[in-house]
Amino acid sequence: MNKHSENNNTDSCDVAIIGAGPTGLSAAITLKEAGLHNIIVIEREAEAGGVPRHCGHPPFGFKEYKKILTGPQYAKKNIERALKLGIKIQCKTTVTKLGENGELSLATPEGLKTLNAKKVLIATGTRETPRSAQFVTGDRALGICNTGALQAMVYLKGKIPFKRPVIVGTEIVSFSALLTCRKAGIKPVAMIEENDKPSVRWPIHYSHYLFASKLLLGNKINKVIGDKRVNAVEVINKNGDISTLECDGILFTGKFTPESSLVQMSHLTIDENFSPTVNALGQCSDPSYYAAGNLIQLSNEEGRNNIFYAKGNAPQAVNVSGLCWEHGRDIANNILKSL
Amino acid sequence: MTSKAPPIIDVDIAVIGGGIVGCAVARRMTLEGASVVLVEKSADILAGASKGNSAILHTGFDAPNDSLEHECIQNGYNEYLEIHESLNLPLLKTGALLVAWTESEEEQFSKILKKAQHNKVNDLQLLSKKELLQREPNLANSARAAIEVPREYVIDPWSAPLAYLSQAVVNGCQTTFSTEVTGGDFDGERWTLQTNTLDNKKGIIKAKHVINSAGLYGDILDQDVLGESEFTIKPRKGEFVVFDKPAHALVKNIILPIPTEITKGVVIFPTIFGNLAVGPTADEQEGRSDASVDQKNLEMLYDLAIEKVPALKNVRVNATYAGIRPATEKSEYRVRHLNEKNWITLGGIRSTGLTASLGIAQHVQKLFAEQGITFNRLSTPLAHPVPNIAEHLPRDWQKSGYEEIVCHCELATKREIIAALNSTLPAGNLSGLKRRTRVTMGRCQGFYCSARLDELTEDKFVDSISVGNTDE
Ligand SMILES: Cc1cc2nc3c(=O)[nH]c(=O)nc-3n(C[C@H](O)[C@H](O)[C@H](O)COP(=O)(O)OP(=O)(O)OC[C@H]3O[C@@H](n4cnc5c(N)ncnc54)[C@H](O)[C@@H]3O)c2cc1C
Ligand SMILES: Cc1cc2nc3c(=O)[nH]c(=O)nc-3n(C[C@H](O)[C@H](O)[C@H](O)COP(=O)(O)OP(=O)(O)OC[C@H]3O[C@@H](n4cnc5c(N)ncnc54)[C@H](O)[C@@H]3O)c2cc1C
Repeated sequence: MNKHSENNNTDSCDVAIIGAGPTGLSAAITLKEAGLHNIIVIEREAEAGGVPRHCGHPPFGFKEYKKILTGPQYAKKNIERALKLGIKIQCKTTVTKLGENGELSLATPEGLKTLNAKKVLIATGTRETPRSAQFVTGDRALGICNTGALQAMVYLKGKIPFKRPVIVGTEIVSFSALLTCRKAGIKPVAMIEENDKPSVRWPIHYSHYLFASKLLLGNKINKVIGDKRVNAVEVINKNGDISTLECDGILFTGKFTPESSLVQMSHLTIDENFSPTVNALGQCSDPSYYAAGNLIQLSNEEGRNNIFYAKGNAPQAVNVSGLCWEHGRDIANNILKSL
Repeated sequence: MTSKAPPIIDVDIAVIGGGIVGCAVARRMTLEGASVVLVEKSADILAGASKGNSAILHTGFDAPNDSLEHECIQNGYNEYLEIHESLNLPLLKTGALLVAWTESEEEQFSKILKKAQHNKVNDLQLLSKKELLQREPNLANSARAAIEVPREYVIDPWSAPLAYLSQAVVNGCQTTFSTEVTGGDFDGERWTLQTNTLDNKKGIIKAKHVINSAGLYGDILDQDVLGESEFTIKPRKGEFVVFDKPAHALVKNIILPIPTEITKGVVIFPTIFGNLAVGPTADEQEGRSDASVDQKNLEMLYDLAIEKVPALKNVRVNATYAGIRPATEKSEYRVRHLNEKNWITLGGIRSTGLTASLGIAQHVQKLFAEQGITFNRLSTPLAHPVPNIAEHLPRDWQKSGYEEIVCHCELATKREIIAALNSTLPAGNLSGLKRRTRVTMGRCQGFYCSARLDELTEDKFVDSISVGNTDE
């Protein structure tokens, strides 16, 4: 890909961390506090912080700060802590290729660069599955998005993508979406769930009362209707009954999938969840690389997420930030031992 | 955006419809020296059939023998190869493999080879199973044999027409968007066309000659203006599934099925943007603008792709889309020249128009010349290179000074987006911006960037991503 590059710029470091979300920052802080100085955190967005930056609601940070914070407060604290330690966070920098033995290709507005790291921690997080990849029938109109996009619009830009959406899914993130809607003055028409039970035990089970929107269990979208913008959805229940809900948008929540295409296009191997394959130390198939945080499916068996999820209902690859923070720290300690 | 239509336009030629065909014809006739206006009812080009296709540059090996379609495909193919570098249009030299999966499909080979020979495509080659799997090791083992068509290529289906019309514009062609032609009168020398614009300003367009390249609405336009049409459009939808970039490495060639009497069948093809796609389906429908997708069809395509290329099950799906073919009751192009009315209809350009468009434009020029109508060909026409968005060629993010990568999946930069909003043919709506820059067309479909994109496009389009402000 880079054969046309203007690249004449090569740097090196002990540890490069890809992604300045909770995982990456936690790892960086751990390494720095252990006395490792030549480390760098690479972040493709203009600002560090990761997903919490645009989750303007609690609960974040209880494990780390013994306080319940909103996402942006939590992100700010993490960044301040890292900067105070003198950690270098390089924003607006995208890793475009993972090379052998820790050779990273970077794109920056100042030009292409190469970074040779003794060890690399990949902490690129996870995202929701879009409507397209779920093969939902119907028009491809405006007003369809994921929670991530909704929250970035509401909390970072003060804008709304719809006023009366139908919300698809009942994971924890769906609850987060309800909170965001309320805050922004968006009035969901209904929340629909394919299964007979919501994915989460609480708070979803009650929250739809709170937000005065219908909860339709055992229903899925039959068809999206709308010329330019969504104006209705047909939903179908298990008996095949179809009903039409008027709305001006659809929010597809959850069904998280790792942000791992960079890994998949490299020499590293991936597992059946599309996460990089890692050993017990968090090390990838090339020992120069480690992976941590939401990019990896952290174990649900240990019951870490089970306060939220009804048995057997936990969806894949979604971990709360406290868990990612701990994981970043643990894997950083493994990296330290290997250096 | 409001229409830029001045109240009266008076030209040699009015081209109605900014699909692939209209864009190519506007370019050809502008370069021939005619004064041209392209009239498009949507806010941007490529609003109809040309919105979604397989993006294959066909050799015409399987075209109907001795047909106008075949002639236009071959002329279009050759002209594309001649001009693509000067317009900065990409070419992915994939080649195609017609793969037989059953014995009876293999029995079709001789017929296919004979047809190709007649069509003067002489470089087809038979591949044994072993040779086939050497070339495409990720194909399922049930593949039996193949015919190789070495010069079937993949191009950028949106940048090509954009480049044709942009070149026309820098050489003097006028355009008017959000302007629908609703009727017209011919006084024996000159047409006066009635139009409807978005802001309900009725504009008037005068032209000596009119070319109907209204694609999916070609029959309606003929009826509205001439009072009759020679054909009826039977919209035929084709759906596609696009796999994420890791799939691109799995298949090098365009994998064609053995065609049946009814359809060319489902193709697995590398895209110019570094993906792998599967499609199209072929379903007749009533709606001319209904490009919706259907779960059953998408699942069928997905399953078929995995059956033929099993390793695809390890790659996630990015996107789905649909295109609508302007088919008619007959399979051939429905081109007619009403000489006494100075009217040319380019109808029923069904499933090969991306390739054939430049050839169709040459044919239009020939129709004029046959009537003794010539113009003063431009001696030094300007070339107008368009920005590259093909994956295998240098992209904007690889050059410093791009300010910011906005769309992370497709690495679309702020500089690219701003340029597309201010170019010779600025994006007229969000879809147009996507087609020019790839923004939000990748694996996350806007999860990461739609908030930023909304901000960058504020007040630019009639329909925006956001619908208002938050309450607070
Ligand atoms: C809508 C929503 C609501 C949530 N609500 C809560 C909540 O209330 N409480 C809670 O505890 N948790 C919540 N979570 C979960 C929490 O956000 C995650 O657990 C946490 O963000 C994971 O941290 P991470 O660092 O692994 O990934 P992320 O936060 O996703 O960070 C990954 C970072 O990597 C960067 N990156 C990716 N690819 C590249 C590349 N190629 N080059 C450079 N940089 C790159 C990204 O820009 C991003 O900043 C929520 C999540 C979502 C989506
Ligand atoms: C599924 C599919 C796969 C295909 N694959 C390939 C391929 O691999 N290779 C290939 O070469 N070809 C392919 N094609 C064919 C190609 O896409 C079509 O032949 C081509 O798009 C037809 O273009 P057009 O300009 O005739 O029509 P259109 O694209 O429909 O253009 C007509 C334009 O006219 C405008 N219009 C209509 N009425 C009016 C009016 N009254 N006033 C003003 N404007 C009006 C419309 O808005 C539209 O923009 C494929 C097509 C499909 C659908």
